[in-house]
Amino acid sequence: MSDILIEIKDLKCRIDNQNILQGLNLKINKGEVHAIMGPNGSGKSTLSSVLAGNDNYEITKGSITFLGEDITEMSPEERSWKGMFLAFQYPVEIPGVSNINFLRTALNERNKYFGIDSIPAKDFLKMVSEKSMLVGLDNKLKNRSVNEGFSGGEKKRNEIFQMAMLNPKLAILDETDSGLDIDALKIVANGVNKLKSSKNATVVITHYQRLLDYIVPDFVHVLHEGKIIKTGDKSLALELEKKGYDWLKTDAAI
Amino acid sequence: MSYTEKELKKELDNKPYEFGFVTDIESDKAPVGLNEDIVKLISSKKKEPQWLLNYRLKAFQIWKTMKEPDWAHVKYTKPDFQNISYYSAPKKKKELQSLDEVDPELLKTMEKLGISIEEQKKLSGVAVDFVMDSVSVATSFKDKLGELGIVFCSFSEAVQDHPELIKKYMGTVVPYTDNYYAALNSAVFSDVSFCYIPKGVKCPMELSTYFRINESGTGQFERTLLIADESSYVSYLEGCTAPSRDENQLHAAVVELIALDKAEIKYSTVQNWYPGDKNGKGGVYNFVTKRGICGYRSKISWTQVETGSAVTWKYPSCILKGDYSIGEFYSVAVTNNFQQADTGTKMIHIGKNTKSTIISKGISAGKSQNSYRGLVKIGKGAKNSRNFSQCDSLLMTDQCGAHTYPYIECENPTATVEHEATTSKIGEEQLFYCMQRGISEEKAISLIVNGYAKEVLNKLPMEFAVEAQKLLEISLEGSVG
Repeated sequence: MSDILIEIKDLKCRIDNQNILQGLNLKINKGEVHAIMGPNGSGKSTLSSVLAGNDNYEITKGSITFLGEDITEMSPEERSWKGMFLAFQYPVEIPGVSNINFLRTALNERNKYFGIDSIPAKDFLKMVSEKSMLVGLDNKLKNRSVNEGFSGGEKKRNEIFQMAMLNPKLAILDETDSGLDIDALKIVANGVNKLKSSKNATVVITHYQRLLDYIVPDFVHVLHEGKIIKTGDKSLALELEKKGYDWLKTDAAI
Repeated sequence: MSYTEKELKKELDNKPYEFGFVTDIESDKAPVGLNEDIVKLISSKKKEPQWLLNYRLKAFQIWKTMKEPDWAHVKYTKPDFQNISYYSAPKKKKELQSLDEVDPELLKTMEKLGISIEEQKKLSGVAVDFVMDSVSVATSFKDKLGELGIVFCSFSEAVQDHPELIKKYMGTVVPYTDNYYAALNSAVFSDVSFCYIPKGVKCPMELSTYFRINESGTGQFERTLLIADESSYVSYLEGCTAPSRDENQLHAAVVELIALDKAEIKYSTVQNWYPGDKNGKGGVYNFVTKRGICGYRSKISWTQVETGSAVTWKYPSCILKGDYSIGEFYSVAVTNNFQQADTGTKMIHIGKNTKSTIISKGISAGKSQNSYRGLVKIGKGAKNSRNFSQCDSLLMTDQCGAHTYPYIECENPTATVEHEATTSKIGEEQLFYCMQRGISEEKAISLIVNGYAKEVLNKLPMEFAVEAQKLLEISLEGSVG
């Protein structure tokens, strides 16, 4: 079996008649960590939404192949079942639905899709306590309504906790570092690192090099006007930190 | 391609109201129209004593002088009262000693409704009174309840067996002068449940009445009288369904609760009358007066899950007369397509240190209109009374409406009255978040809605909480727009 996890070919998309992604190409192999950086409005969050299957965006060209299967038209839930996970930049609150009920529903829906029996309560709770340790999630938060009244840091930790529970093949972290203090950042990064394996891959979308000190990328891509204009190794992130993006923009224009 | 919302909508459009079947059962039906003779006919069919006939006739006279109210936020074609049959009973009715004697067609009906009396009898310990059209046809568990002195029977039976209780309490909480539909009901009421819990008795099982409109061209006018004597407790549940018909059927009930000193009544309703089709044709007009009165340190708790009816006009209320009495109202009202609901409560604080809680959760979908209307009245003598009200509205589409009309009248400065209200729209973002985690849209909607209504659903007796959750799912499937 091939090592390619996901392959994006010449992807173009738009929303409200505005073109966002304009011919994006990206290939990610199992076991890799990719960082995507870029100035505001370059299309980073759009990319994560489109990969997760948000149908507010209209795909006008190109394809997304995930584990050898074309998923360009696939529903968000089916992508999720097949192993795609998006840690949201702004996690959504769902009042009255407890965190663990939410996750249990999610796991059982996936099991149903694969024709597997639903997970026994005992095993589920064991898994909850194991995985919540990974990100040091406060015990109380597990029984609280999903993200309701959580602090910014708690919300981000909860995203990584959910990621640990769902054990995805491809995890996309959309500005998971935004709004985190340095201690929380370390905990979250540590959680992500522990979940890494040779079978899965991580895409880290960020503005700042700081996160990449903790989650070390194999590749750094610069997104500008809906296209990847430069790819390098982790040193590129350091260079960007010093020089900003303008020098690349000029290059791209030429 | 994935299953799109359009396909889901299409499927739902073709999916009929689950309880829309008609039972082929012969019935004894009064001629259409309303006049004194009809009132007399109903009374004589039921072999009522003269005083009850007089009561009906007085109510009828009053009704003729009244006007149909139009202050509610609902629009509908007023019923033609001369085009309704006011009495319909499954025929061949005789005294039933056991279930074996019940018409098999009727048993089938009950089974379809998921209330197999046989099963209920064996398993859940719920005593059921089944009312089809106008007449109570089967009451289970009567003997067992009888041992405790609990009376749970049809109104007609009660009139024969316990006339003193009926005479003493009927019309004391909802007099026939109260409102248009209460007057109409008082004139032509057919049957329903009567319940008496003796002093100090805690009723060991849920008492339940199942209402069913079957015949076309009929109205249903039942009456419930529930008396909890001092220091007693009872939990009572009513469920309602009706066949799908193109005409609008009228349901105008009266429910009176009397909680004597230190008694507690928990009254739960799961209302699923036929709501009309997706174009707003047909459906039940549900115009109901429900009210309870509390004695010293007693408590009345109303819980309702309203998913049915084309038009609902209903305000289960509490008169907190006794000192330290407590009134509660927990409501989830769902409207979809062209349904309209104007529902809420009245909490009338008269006694000292009385307390009331109102939690109302409205959910509007399709092109429906959903209104909360409530009154909190603190009387002059209601020292140190407290009320807390919370009215939340959830909008599923941009074509539906949610309205809140809270009225507060406070005549005592020591009282505390709190009102909180929120309106929210079920968010695309919430749905996408759930779907990203592998929860399909349909499941996500039910998860979000159930979460929203949880505070109220938690108040229902266990057996019915599950049923109510399912009902919410069915009522709202594919309704986000």
